[in-house]
Amino acid sequence: MIETLLQGILLGGLYCLFALGQSLMFGVMRLTNTAQGDFIILGAFAAIAGLSALSPAMPASLITPLAVAALLLPVAFGFGFGLQRYVLNGTLGKDPLPSLVVTFGLAIVIQNLLLELFSADPRSIDTHGLNTQSLSLGGGIAVGVLPLLILALAVGATAGLQWLFGSTRLGRAFRAVSDDKEIAELMGLDAKRLYALATGIAFVLIALAGVLQGMRTTVSPADGPLLLLFAFEAVIIGGMGSFWGTLAGALLLGITQQIGFRLDPGWGIWIGHIVFLVVLVVRPQGLFPKTKG
Amino acid sequence: MLETSGLTAHYGDAQALFGIDFKLTQGELVAIIGANGAGKSTFLKSLTGLVKAKPEQIRFDGQPIGGLPPGEIVRRGLALVPEGRRLFPSLSVEENLQMGGFARRSGPWSLPRLYKLFPILHEKRKLPGTSLSGGQQQMVAIGRALMSNPTVLLCDELSLGLAPIVIKEIYDAMPAITGEGMTVVIVEQDISMAQRVSQRIYCFQEGRVSLQGASTELSREQISQAYFGV
Repeated sequence: MIETLLQGILLGGLYCLFALGQSLMFGVMRLTNTAQGDFIILGAFAAIAGLSALSPAMPASLITPLAVAALLLPVAFGFGFGLQRYVLNGTLGKDPLPSLVVTFGLAIVIQNLLLELFSADPRSIDTHGLNTQSLSLGGGIAVGVLPLLILALAVGATAGLQWLFGSTRLGRAFRAVSDDKEIAELMGLDAKRLYALATGIAFVLIALAGVLQGMRTTVSPADGPLLLLFAFEAVIIGGMGSFWGTLAGALLLGITQQIGFRLDPGWGIWIGHIVFLVVLVVRPQGLFPKTKG
Repeated sequence: MLETSGLTAHYGDAQALFGIDFKLTQGELVAIIGANGAGKSTFLKSLTGLVKAKPEQIRFDGQPIGGLPPGEIVRRGLALVPEGRRLFPSLSVEENLQMGGFARRSGPWSLPRLYKLFPILHEKRKLPGTSLSGGQQQMVAIGRALMSNPTVLLCDELSLGLAPIVIKEIYDAMPAITGEGMTVVIVEQDISMAQRVSQRIYCFQEGRVSLQGASTELSREQISQAYFGV
């Protein structure tokens, strides 16, 4: 049982990274990005393409994927910033439908673009053995090094976002535009630029999640919707717009899926869905609603 | 210093202001009175860029500011205390006040100075702004506007929904604000209060100025006629 719990927590770490960008975008702009999963897969394929381009010039070691990831993150920030500034800002308003339709359209475009460029074959990022290394905790229990690293990054990213929102001038500005855009602009804030910054940060997390997903397992162009579902479930279980809540929701989802997998290999995913539905009915605002200062 | 000429405003197809001529000189406190729907709040929203106006319809320090974005107008020195306070619910009292300083204008107003003016806010600075009483929230809203060190402070319905004793407490703070040479415009439905605190009065009726003059020179009958149109 302890091993199941541990594996669930480690899986939850990955789900947390899938979901943090979604939580951030919803928290600041009330924008639901239905292309979240496809952007994660796009991030993974961008890393795979970057690796193929850089491999001849770089040593065949773990340094190469890490270098590609380091290069990808600022690119992802710029991509997210530009996407929000020039596309998604135009969809924001009292009606949530335009942003849903546009991001849904983007999801279809990304899936087809990836199919065209990379075919439907599953691919992965070569970690040079990192994804098979494990740490023994004694008593016959061992945890993978890569999942542990992913969990540490998820906790670090959650703490970082919470600090950004709770303790910095930029975070105050994010919360202010989220609370009341009109009055925030009256204070001298540029809401559209702040939205673009928030999406830029969300896309850094999306790219990080994509690289780690590609390192942990195989990815294919059609994987996005399932990742979106996990991200949604983690965010809604945790409470939309709350980062610690998103982490808690992701961990709960990971643990329940692992318990399901232990009961029967075919049950894991849908037991996660059932927990999500129960939370939606019993506590629709989630376990830890909206981030406060 | 602040002047409007023929100011018009629209909400979609509906016209709310019909050619408002208004003049404000440095250091004075002017009250705008009028019934609900007279266009008082729309007028303040037009001055601060929340409702679009044509550039030449509003001039501030000789420069056309009509239609500029709200952020640019606050940087030039106009600040609004909005109707209903509209504090940021997820920010503490102190964070709400700090938001007012985002425009980074230099001047006499700072957090310590505000806490001296409204000591209760210092005691409650860590609490969410919206957890305070209505009067204390109004103090935060005034303080937030002052933090931008404006040249002109525009106050929309300061007394709305507040107990008389709280209204008095808030208006008692006005001399400390105008003492800094600040120019103040208040929108007020309480005619007696408006006459007591202001030097000049504008009365709005159905989007037009129906009366204006020195507060001490206008009779209650004149004001009532201009206010109610009877």
